[in-house]
Amino acid sequence: MTPQPNALEIADLVMHFGPVRAVDGVSLTIPRGRVTALVGESGSGKSTVGRCVVRLVEPTAGTVRIAGTDVTHLSRRRLRPHRGAVSIVFQDPAASLDPRMLVGEIVAEPLRLAGKRISRRERDARVAPQLERVGLRAEVARRYPHELSGGQRQRVSIARALISEPMLLIADEPTSALDVSVQASVLNLLADLQRDIGFACLFITHDLSAVEYLADDIAVMYLGQLVETGSRERIFARPAHPYTQALLSAAPVADPVRQRHRQPVLLGDDLPSALDPPSGCRFRTRCPLAFDRCATEVPAQTAIGDGMAACHLVRPDGTGPDVRTADPSEVLS
Amino acid sequence: MTTASAPVLEIRDLSVSFPTETGTVSAVDGVSLDLAAGEIVGMVGESGCGKSVTAMSLAGLLPGSARVTGSVRLDGTQLVGARESALRRVRGREIAYIFQEPMTSLNPVLSVGRQIGEVLQVHERMSRRAARARAVELLTLVGIPSAAQRVDSYPHQLSGGMRQRVMIAMAVACGPKVLVADEPTTALDVTVQAGILQVLRDLRDRLGTSVLIITHDLGVIADIADRVVVMYAGRVVERAPADDLFAQPRHRYTAGLLSASPQPGRHAGTDRLTEIPGLVPVLASQPDACTFADRCPAADEQCRAAAPPLEDVGGTDHVAACWHPCATAPTAAQEANR
Ligand SMILES: Nc1ncnc2c1ncn2[C@@H]1O[C@H](COP(=O)(O)OP(=O)(O)OP(=O)(O)O)[C@@H](O)[C@H]1O
Ligand SMILES: Nc1ncnc2c1ncn2[C@@H]1O[C@H](COP(=O)(O)OP(=O)(O)OP(=O)(O)O)[C@@H](O)[C@H]1O
Ligand code: SF4
Ligand code: SF4
Ligand SMILES: [Mg+2]
Ligand SMILES: [Mg+2]
Repeated sequence: MTPQPNALEIADLVMHFGPVRAVDGVSLTIPRGRVTALVGESGSGKSTVGRCVVRLVEPTAGTVRIAGTDVTHLSRRRLRPHRGAVSIVFQDPAASLDPRMLVGEIVAEPLRLAGKRISRRERDARVAPQLERVGLRAEVARRYPHELSGGQRQRVSIARALISEPMLLIADEPTSALDVSVQASVLNLLADLQRDIGFACLFITHDLSAVEYLADDIAVMYLGQLVETGSRERIFARPAHPYTQALLSAAPVADPVRQRHRQPVLLGDDLPSALDPPSGCRFRTRCPLAFDRCATEVPAQTAIGDGMAACHLVRPDGTGPDVRTADPSEVLS
Repeated sequence: MTTASAPVLEIRDLSVSFPTETGTVSAVDGVSLDLAAGEIVGMVGESGCGKSVTAMSLAGLLPGSARVTGSVRLDGTQLVGARESALRRVRGREIAYIFQEPMTSLNPVLSVGRQIGEVLQVHERMSRRAARARAVELLTLVGIPSAAQRVDSYPHQLSGGMRQRVMIAMAVACGPKVLVADEPTTALDVTVQAGILQVLRDLRDRLGTSVLIITHDLGVIADIADRVVVMYAGRVVERAPADDLFAQPRHRYTAGLLSASPQPGRHAGTDRLTEIPGLVPVLASQPDACTFADRCPAADEQCRAAAPPLEDVGGTDHVAACWHPCATAPTAAQEANR
């Protein structure tokens, strides 16, 4: 038996919008049924990666393979049979649902786009169980998006994403617009559905507590590139890249006693621009450990377990300094 | 934090409603809250529960259609019903605001130095030259590197975190007594957020500014707030020092909120997040009942028949509006005896 191809394989993906180097050489693999979280600062290119995968934009260079098929440059027509295999849920449920369409029509939209001709009755029959699956009553199909709450609208967009039984779900900040209690229900829902249906998921977010809850693997992006990848367990326990370490130390925990004893690494927010990324290591303008070589030499990817980290200070065995404890002057001596 | 001195800001029984096409919306119902000098108070609650409306009503920022009753005293001066000219003096000088999206509040065609300078020229009658020098000081105060150069930047040349720092610099230009920060870091990532929270803390420490910070991020509250106010459907349902609130939430909604957020070390493979079933009601008028009753696991007849008063629930300065507050966690000694 040949092994099943991975749900998603991205190789050397590049996406430039004119002079803006939004994504600059990203490689990432998601095996079937696994959840990979893509984290990183605002503007680092996370959504752009997602948009390339669902081919909302055509990449400048590199390849995107879905279940083994190269879809990078397929025409709209040739892409159609693959459309059902990948779905996307967007950050802002209000903006991503057409206000003039009924919820039932919205949820059935992917079937129409995949070129399936179905009767109204058949459509209603297909939509009802989807709504039920995301915890909405079937009557909701006859309502308009503005008649629903934020959490309900996000459920509608998840139902729409799942009706084609995708093998891969791109969830772009699915909980960022929601408050804590609604977030919990959406995260539970994604976890349940992922277990029941077994789709693979690229979970784009900046909420690290949600990442820890939902993800199997983590990929960290900075200014268009991946700086670290690895399993959830390893990254939370032993982050290797200084940016990942800073990210974890800056995410506040909801416990005042513990939070006040933590010392976040303050990076300064003089963010470099994707128009003119720094030479060498792109993180060097904010990195507390940066030294001469960082300005001249692009750091290679050092393998750590199943993942990697791209920093000159990470040793071949995967160990290295930790910005959360290290005194910069000691690291380099 | 306990303070013997009179509060800087004293909110009493503040209510706000809006007439709309589909009837009246009661947004805030009988909110009372004190802000002491140099205190940071966090405000949390579900979307639409009246946090922003409460904040905006303090310095008369709501649209004219809003019906505001109750009392807001700033150092003893009544602001509810005050004349617009008086309120204009209060805004900026005494109570300053920062909002979620700095880009929409900054003027895109003026350098940040000019914008800060204008505030100073208007409110403090400073010369243009003095205002510019002060703008550089303020930008340094909020942690903008090479402020002397940055003072000539336009908003679009700055990152989101830098723009929020500029907003804070503008807000504190005239040394306000109270700074209201409505979701100031929601649009920013955590590394930038940490810097902004540090700036707010510094302002409190150095200038003694009182801060009211609104957020739905419990981590931010845990990080920065001395005391926390929890709102639900227009009412304050619980108020306590931050440590107590997180350790011993007494109102059932607060408890639900705290257990809904993912805890470190837990994963979907083994754990489920605790949801709060149901939705926040949108109220035309405030019922004589607990507004959380339809979603509360402990609701009974009493809860539906009368609104629970905000009462002392033990501990220091810890109040909750609940007929059947959650039990306090057993002490270590009680645990040991089991
Ligand atoms: N259509 C476009 N045209 C020009 N620039 C774009 C376009 N889409 C994205 N960009 C730019 O590409 C960069 C990456 O944007 P992207 O939205 O992928 O970031 P992100 O990591 O998703 O950020 P956020 O966390 O804020 O959502 C940004 O500098 C953005 O301004
Ligand atoms: N100008 C207005 N006219 C009518 N209703 C309004 C107006 N402004 C606010 N409301 C209503 O008042 C209630 C409280 O709104 P508010 O903006 O204070 O909520 P919030 O707690 O800040 O929510 P969020 O967390 O989503 O910002 C909501 O039901 C809202 O729809
Ligand atoms: S390569 Fe240099 S600048 Fe980049 S993360 Fe490592 S130490 Fe910091
Ligand atoms: S008053 Fe009753 S319904 Fe309201 S929170 Fe307390 S127990 Fe629940
Ligand atoms: Mg994005
Ligand atoms: Mg608000």
